[in-house]
Amino acid sequence: MKREGEVRISSGCAISGIFCRDGKRISGEAIRKSIAVMHNRSNGLGGGFAGYGIYPQYKDYYALHIFYDSQYAREETERFLDKRFDIINLSKIPTRQIPQISDVPLIWRYFVSPLPHLLQDSQLDEDEYTARTTIAISDTINGAYVVSCGKDMGVFKAVGYPEDVAKFYRLEEYEGYSWTAHGRYPTNTPGWWAGSHPFSLLDLSVVHNGEISSYDANRRSVEMYGYSCNLLTDTEVITYILDYLTRKQGLSMKESSEVIAAPFWTTIAIKSEKEHIRLSYLRKMFSSFLITGPFSILVGFKDGMMALNDRLKLRSLVAAEKGRTVYFASEEAAIRAIEENPERIWAPRGGEAVIVKLDGEKTNE
Amino acid sequence: MRTFDIRKDSWDTIRKHENENITITGCLGERYIGCGMKDGTIHIEGTPGNALAAYLDGGTIYVDGNAQDATADTMNAGLVAIKGSAGDALAYGMRGGKVYVLGDAGYRAGVHMKAYEENKSILVIGGRTGSFLGEYLAGGIIVVLGLGDEDEDITGYFCGNGMYAGTIYLRTNKTPLNLSDKLVKREVTEEEKNRVLHPIISDFASVFSLSLEHCLSSSFIAIEADKSKTYSQLYAAV
Amino acid sequence: MNRRYRIRKDDSCISCLRCARECSFGAIEINNGNTLSFKHDKCVDCQRCVSFCPTGAIYITEDENRFRTNSVFSDNDIKEILLQAETGGVLLSSMGAAGSNVPIYFDKLLLNASQVTNPSIDPLREPMETAVFLGQRPEGIERDKDGSLIDNLPPHLELKTPIMFSAMSYGAISLNVHKALAMAAETLGTYWNTGEGGLHGSLYPYKKNTIVQVASGRFGVHETYLNTASAIEIKIGQGAKPGIGGHLTGKKIIGDVSKTRMVPEGLDAISPAPHHDIYSIEDLAQLVMSIKEATDYKKPVIVKVAAVHNIAPIASGIARSGADIISIDGYRGGTGAAPKRIRDNVGIPIEFALAAVDQRLREERIRDRVSIIASGGIRNSADAIKAIAIGADAVSIGTAALCALGCHICASCHTGKCAWGLATQDPELTKRLDPEKGAEKLVNLVNAWTREMKEIMGGMGINSIEALRGNRSALRGVDLNVKELEILGIKYAGE
Repeated sequence: MKREGEVRISSGCAISGIFCRDGKRISGEAIRKSIAVMHNRSNGLGGGFAGYGIYPQYKDYYALHIFYDSQYAREETERFLDKRFDIINLSKIPTRQIPQISDVPLIWRYFVSPLPHLLQDSQLDEDEYTARTTIAISDTINGAYVVSCGKDMGVFKAVGYPEDVAKFYRLEEYEGYSWTAHGRYPTNTPGWWAGSHPFSLLDLSVVHNGEISSYDANRRSVEMYGYSCNLLTDTEVITYILDYLTRKQGLSMKESSEVIAAPFWTTIAIKSEKEHIRLSYLRKMFSSFLITGPFSILVGFKDGMMALNDRLKLRSLVAAEKGRTVYFASEEAAIRAIEENPERIWAPRGGEAVIVKLDGEKTNE
Repeated sequence: MRTFDIRKDSWDTIRKHENENITITGCLGERYIGCGMKDGTIHIEGTPGNALAAYLDGGTIYVDGNAQDATADTMNAGLVAIKGSAGDALAYGMRGGKVYVLGDAGYRAGVHMKAYEENKSILVIGGRTGSFLGEYLAGGIIVVLGLGDEDEDITGYFCGNGMYAGTIYLRTNKTPLNLSDKLVKREVTEEEKNRVLHPIISDFASVFSLSLEHCLSSSFIAIEADKSKTYSQLYAAV
Repeated sequence: MNRRYRIRKDDSCISCLRCARECSFGAIEINNGNTLSFKHDKCVDCQRCVSFCPTGAIYITEDENRFRTNSVFSDNDIKEILLQAETGGVLLSSMGAAGSNVPIYFDKLLLNASQVTNPSIDPLREPMETAVFLGQRPEGIERDKDGSLIDNLPPHLELKTPIMFSAMSYGAISLNVHKALAMAAETLGTYWNTGEGGLHGSLYPYKKNTIVQVASGRFGVHETYLNTASAIEIKIGQGAKPGIGGHLTGKKIIGDVSKTRMVPEGLDAISPAPHHDIYSIEDLAQLVMSIKEATDYKKPVIVKVAAVHNIAPIASGIARSGADIISIDGYRGGTGAAPKRIRDNVGIPIEFALAAVDQRLREERIRDRVSIIASGGIRNSADAIKAIAIGADAVSIGTAALCALGCHICASCHTGKCAWGLATQDPELTKRLDPEKGAEKLVNLVNAWTREMKEIMGGMGINSIEALRGNRSALRGVDLNVKELEILGIKYAGE
């Protein structure tokens, strides 16, 4: 049977996110409790989490989380890494053996920094160097898959219900200022851990609910710019598009949201002249990256988080606020489970991104 | 009145008492409460899950807080009153009875609601709604009051798209954003206000103990399908 | 301009004028009370006049007039362009996909028979089972404290023959057709399906053999409706128009149709393209479960989808949604009205869809969890047998059932003028079908097919229909390429 990447697998889902604008680091237990409420929205075939601010002692190093199918793949990958990076620390990611999670790959973590002379020779910036190298691992080394490679962040995912995945990864032992979670309902059995969400590149991570209808138009466009969509999942292509728009094109996260969930022309038509010109420009300039069909996404990035619905709002998404903490989830109950009395609770409108950042960060969005 | 704690009492036990007068406390996303219920009254505390009151066939459901998605789906009769707000796809394909939401409703409220003889769907929203309110409306009455948001657009985009019967009443004098050219907007006369809206809104106001005068204050507009532009014109038979 | 047929008569005409009285399309008119005049452009070739002419004097032929031959634009292409230039309308048609080059793969499959190595069976003298149970199966057995097996099977549908009647709504077809289908289903021990237009009160007694449908329009869906059925079908799509909603014109919403659909008389009945409470697979699970809640988990839930490109993962998602039965309607499935371009260009043939779904569910080890109904162009018992051998539990027939009631597939259902009184609400026309006689014909048809299926099974040495399900070694292909064989999971003849 074909596994994820050889065949495109549609899936539905639940998503949840917590962001502490004051930078307070909270345990992964909260996000587990939140996503567990939406058990019915997943089917046990994928769950995962992204945490930011979880590696303060190594915050200047890229944290690589890697799945291996075999010791052979691990050795080959480590030889590959050793030639390109300073490996400051390496270890197995601690897990808890539970019956709900089986067929476990080897799961390793590395804190690395690019070898200075190679970085200089490459004429790339540090991020691009790391992105290319880690993508090369997943692409070329059989049985190795890089789960995440950002700084001071990490992705923890598996095949199983998300609440079990959290137990498995001992998520309660991590503390972060930003967490996203995903429970997956794929329409087949991938049995492959990489297919779970979040999908991530550098410090960008995406969890997603829905199935986009523009997939292949988006994929073929983003692949022109050097990305390769190996998993054939929506999350992967959304991550690459956002990476391309923000890191390579220099759009802000908000502007990127106005590209992928662009307003209808009839809506643009009734905006002020300045907005009309700006939105029309973004839509015309980046028309290949308009995403249609249902999606609600949470995007984690350095110092911030974005929640966004497709422009028709075909998936549900609720936001809430209490003090400096912001919550997002597919269902209100998932927020109430961890914050019974939010000061404000609302449903963001279709195509209107909610972007939150750490206090003191520039918020030109 | 019996009280059940949904975290402790089994769902099967609660369902057996559904047609009485009961209170369910501690709700946190539990789906299908009151699904297909015919009789009785349920008071809900907490946040009930999706598909609340689906196929409701009678009786009353009060929600103290907010409701999630797909509330009152294909509802047939009875009353659903939500003190907080409601999620997306509220009252989809509703066929009769009343749904009152004191706060806001999400996207696609009242899509394809219907009316037939004595069955008249009535949906009243105290606050504002998301886009696609009353899309495909096939009958019945939707009222949006926009209480507290008098100066705002109270319905989002594409209000009433594709509707072909029924009426959407909005307590505003602003034309909804990008209203389809297959719809007509008209001012509601005092006579129509008294005849049609007064009984509906006075019931709504009494359920939530609101001032009827305030709810009825200011002018209303009505949105209806333009009968001269029917869908049949779209086709050519071969 | 749009003339496609010519009406002619020969000398044996006795001017009884029967043909004119039978014609509901206005193609045959009576002049001066005693002579006939033919309006050829109105003729749809429904064959009603031909069938009722006492002397066999009248006949319909294709119009001989031809536009200048062009290797790209056919006569038909040009006629359609002219019509659209005239009206600005979306071309509307009915019945199944027509006039395209998509092969009928059933015709390229050949069945096996026993010779020497195992015996064939004579179904007239030896037991031959065609009963099928449709529904979910739990993952394992359970025992009570005494060690006896507990019947932990969820509710199942029991069919005496693996042939059901497809969903056709009251409104698209007449109440008399519904009655005939219901009566026939009862006699046959199978099921008929209300389609999305609700269930007429007079048919409530057929509950045991009725499947009710919940489609995006939710017409006539109320608690009693859900509970006056043996199973509930959620219609996501149909083969004739995947991704498209429905539109029953106000002209057909009259009398009891209005009452049954609970739509005021004269008002259009529009079914949205999607269910607006299902935008994702987990929403489907929610609707399946809410229906089960409303019916106390006593009835199987069927999810009907059109065969489209990603049908295999879609079916897998449905199998995991709590649904008990998946109904797949192929590219050639019929309809009472559909945009012609959609009907002829969207979707994939049932043979491929079925093969892909059955294979995928087996790879995922969940094929036994759900049952599969295949439909969309099943014309005879051989098609049915082949569908079952590819992997279906049962098939359902719509067009073939209508043919048994008189339909000659003129594909004019959308006009509401059906001369056979089937796809119409005109009381003068609907009374042309006597439901009891109709039921008798349906019973005859299905009994004949069942007998043929038994013969075929007997020939293969198979004496129970479940031994045929997914038994692809019973099939060999001819005139198929390697890829087609691979998807169908069968060998070439001679292999």
